[in-house]
Amino acid sequence: MSHQDNDIIIGLEVHIQLTNLKTKLFCSCSNDYRGAEPNSYVCPICIGLPGTLPVINKRAIEFATRLAIALNCKINESMYFFRKNYFYPDMSKNFQISQYNKAGGKAFADGGKITIKLNSHKKDIILNRIHLEEDPARLVHKGSIATSPYTLVDYNRSGVTLIEIVTEPVISSPEEAREFLKQLKSIVQYLEISSLDLEGSVRVDANISIKGYERSEVKNINSFKEVERALRHEIVRQKNLLKRGKDLIQETRHWDEKRRITISLRTKEFEADYRYFPEQDLVPIEIDNIFIQKVKNELPEMPNERSLRLRRDYNLSEFDSDNLVLDKDIADFYEEGVNSDALFGPNEYKQYCNWLMNDVLRVLNEQNKTIKDTKLHPHQIVDVIRYINEGKITTKIAKNLVEDMIDGFSISEILEMKGKKRISDENFIRKLSNEVIQENSQVVDDCRDNPKAIEALIGRVMQKTKGQADPHITRTKILELLKKKRIID
Amino acid sequence: MKLFEYMGYELIEKIKNKDISVQELLEACFQRIEETEPLLHSFVNLSKEKALEKAESQDRDLKQGKKIGALYGLPLANKDLICVKDFPTTCSSKILKNYRPPYNAFVIKRLIQDEGAIHIGNTNMDEFAMGSSTENSCYGPTYNPWDRLRVPGGSSGGSAASIASGQAILALGSDTGGSIRCPASFCGTVGLKPTYGRVSRYGLVAFANSLDQIGTITKCVYDSALMLEIIAGKDPLDSTSTDNKVENYTEELKKPLDKKVIGVPEEFFGEGVDKEVKSIVKKAINRVEGLGANIINISIPHLEYTVATYYLLCMSEASSNLARYDGLRYGKISDNLSGDVYDVFNRTRVENFGSEVRRRIFLGTYALSAGYYDLFYIKALKVRTLIKNDFVEAFKKCDAIVCPTMPSTAFKIGELINNPLQMYLADILTCSVNLAGIPAISIPCGFDSKNLPVGFQIIGDYFDEKGILNIGYNLEQELGIYRKIAPVRKGGN
Repeated sequence: MSHQDNDIIIGLEVHIQLTNLKTKLFCSCSNDYRGAEPNSYVCPICIGLPGTLPVINKRAIEFATRLAIALNCKINESMYFFRKNYFYPDMSKNFQISQYNKAGGKAFADGGKITIKLNSHKKDIILNRIHLEEDPARLVHKGSIATSPYTLVDYNRSGVTLIEIVTEPVISSPEEAREFLKQLKSIVQYLEISSLDLEGSVRVDANISIKGYERSEVKNINSFKEVERALRHEIVRQKNLLKRGKDLIQETRHWDEKRRITISLRTKEFEADYRYFPEQDLVPIEIDNIFIQKVKNELPEMPNERSLRLRRDYNLSEFDSDNLVLDKDIADFYEEGVNSDALFGPNEYKQYCNWLMNDVLRVLNEQNKTIKDTKLHPHQIVDVIRYINEGKITTKIAKNLVEDMIDGFSISEILEMKGKKRISDENFIRKLSNEVIQENSQVVDDCRDNPKAIEALIGRVMQKTKGQADPHITRTKILELLKKKRIID
Repeated sequence: MKLFEYMGYELIEKIKNKDISVQELLEACFQRIEETEPLLHSFVNLSKEKALEKAESQDRDLKQGKKIGALYGLPLANKDLICVKDFPTTCSSKILKNYRPPYNAFVIKRLIQDEGAIHIGNTNMDEFAMGSSTENSCYGPTYNPWDRLRVPGGSSGGSAASIASGQAILALGSDTGGSIRCPASFCGTVGLKPTYGRVSRYGLVAFANSLDQIGTITKCVYDSALMLEIIAGKDPLDSTSTDNKVENYTEELKKPLDKKVIGVPEEFFGEGVDKEVKSIVKKAINRVEGLGANIINISIPHLEYTVATYYLLCMSEASSNLARYDGLRYGKISDNLSGDVYDVFNRTRVENFGSEVRRRIFLGTYALSAGYYDLFYIKALKVRTLIKNDFVEAFKKCDAIVCPTMPSTAFKIGELINNPLQMYLADILTCSVNLAGIPAISIPCGFDSKNLPVGFQIIGDYFDEKGILNIGYNLEQELGIYRKIAPVRKGGN
């Protein structure tokens, strides 16, 4: 049995911590618990002591409103919270205060969409709803949960605000899921509601099925990067079972990040009954149009708007501008850079984009850093472009300087340090060029009808000088020699 | 007259005028506790040493002419489910034995820290406020000060017994389905249950959070008004508390009842209500009429559904509210830690919850379960709305509603404990008030042939505590029996 991609049905439930909030969802404990002494960011409310009551963080409502507007959801005018009842040591009250769109309840907002682009094909990923809930405490184990002799509970995370984004089951491939999450991450970053690079700020549950068969729900995917991997694995697992003539059952599975496999947790008949019912310690939340309009007016420029503007202002291609705006910090960096040199025009805009998106990002990825983690200043790339365009360094040399630039050194400092000043001795370059022409008769022959072959000859000279020969002089000398030999006119 | 026989407001005057010292008053109460406590068992934990220390320092401050609070030096008995910082607050449950909250409830802060009342101890109650007799306590029952063979009512039985017997001057209680008014009625004290949202619940350990309300138990209406002035108001830590204006309840008390329209609902005088109780309450209604009020008949047609509705809702909420007691973070944990975490949770809860609490958790869990939720919980919410509407309609015709507080006077210890349904029916005249969220007060209006107090209930419209206190005060002055202190005799009556 073979399955095309359009046979695969994926729905995602993405939980995002609103890390940019100052305090937790229902008490005034600090939200910024990372790195803190365990159980030091707690109060009677978030550890659920008898007699305590939750009070809603109004800023959380505002953040959720921002997201709902940005995702084109319909915000419900009036809603209340629900209790999701289940016993687990990470739950200080043995219920979680959440929102629920059944049993008379409403989500924070319904519907909405994110448009993704994959292989230059556009698709709307339709959302079911978004809602707010509190994060449980963090369970800490020695090694793996299965072999740890103990479980420690750290309530610092207990009561931190989560927003859950639930898609319709309309995602058809792991790649689409990846693109969806990329866009979502970007939107969240622009809205300044969360920093998704923080450890533990994202958790994804994925429902996956092959058309006509039961679905499985994969829980505990703890980063966007892992989602694609977990989905690929789960699809292969399901297809393999079908190939072997086995049936698929509805079950909940766990993504084991270390072993990169999914493991069955429980089947449908053992699903918990959460006994959702209204949380009456909180009064209903009313969100009127005046508030929505106010939040709307204060929204920053969103990535899709920015991409359009970058195309217009800097003459960039759709591909370049879409890539550039994905990470707000990168896009900010770009605009600061290209605007700092009044002489920059379309060529330099494109050049700057290439440098940033190819060379700088490659090194950042290698070092697993974001642009903000580095000392790189937008002006350094302006310098690189100037140096290249003025012939002070070759592109090849410049590419080798990126790592030092990221450490905050200016180009002149780096060149000084490395002693890699250009070789501009015309006689020396002429001699080398002559050698190269003699050694590469085939390439020289090619130059008769292919002007680009000259680049290869220049490259050979560069090789001999470890990239230090002045590229302009080298080109001039080679052209002179080839003319002399009547290879070219 | 002994000091513990005075009303709270009278004692404040004596303290202010330096006729008595705070220490003398505290000593009088602790003396009374020493004499009567072995017979009553009103308290589960006393705070004698700290209370006497505070009395001493208050006397010092008074001599130095420092500004004093409205309840300066008044001994306050606190129900064992309102959190007092660093003092055992256990809900009369084994599962919270020795639990000491790290914070003060809103009402404790207001009464004690801000206004100078002195906490003398926590009073006995039905475990987690579940009961109408104070028999469901891990510490054993409290005895009715008028007849030790009888229950004091519940769940705030300890608070009511302490006031009726003069052990304390002021007391706090909580009322979910009648838990203040029932013991007030059985013990012959004044019990006020304010409007839901009138007093912050922050620090009140939840039984059923949409019904629970903190209130007062005192010897007289004036003292209740005095306490309410202090504990009412918006608290940022309780979202359901409201910012309705807090009125000068004590000033409004003495207004005459001229032209007040008072409704008498026939359903509250039905078959299940004891004849003697009916007749004593009816006589009191005549006295109210004599004070200038206009008595009319009204109807609360859905009264017969209130007990079923009330128990469905309170059990559902309780099953969730009490889930947090698993022994992991505080309170008691089972000595046997074998098995997985769920084994330990289960064992802890089975070993440390009493049988009534477990019954309610079971029933509540059942009512919220998939497939039953709509049938039970949602339906109960709908009936709750009907009951609310009954009262809304009634208050279009009258200013207040009067009726008996309890269908009978205090029953015997052990009489209903093995008949939970019969016990639940005792709430028939009180729990509709909680379902509607309106205020009500119970004041003593006479004694039956067994010399047991009969409670007179006055139910008011939303946030009209002023109105019911006013009627209560006038009737109380007219009847003139409020100064009676229960004799507390050994043996039975």
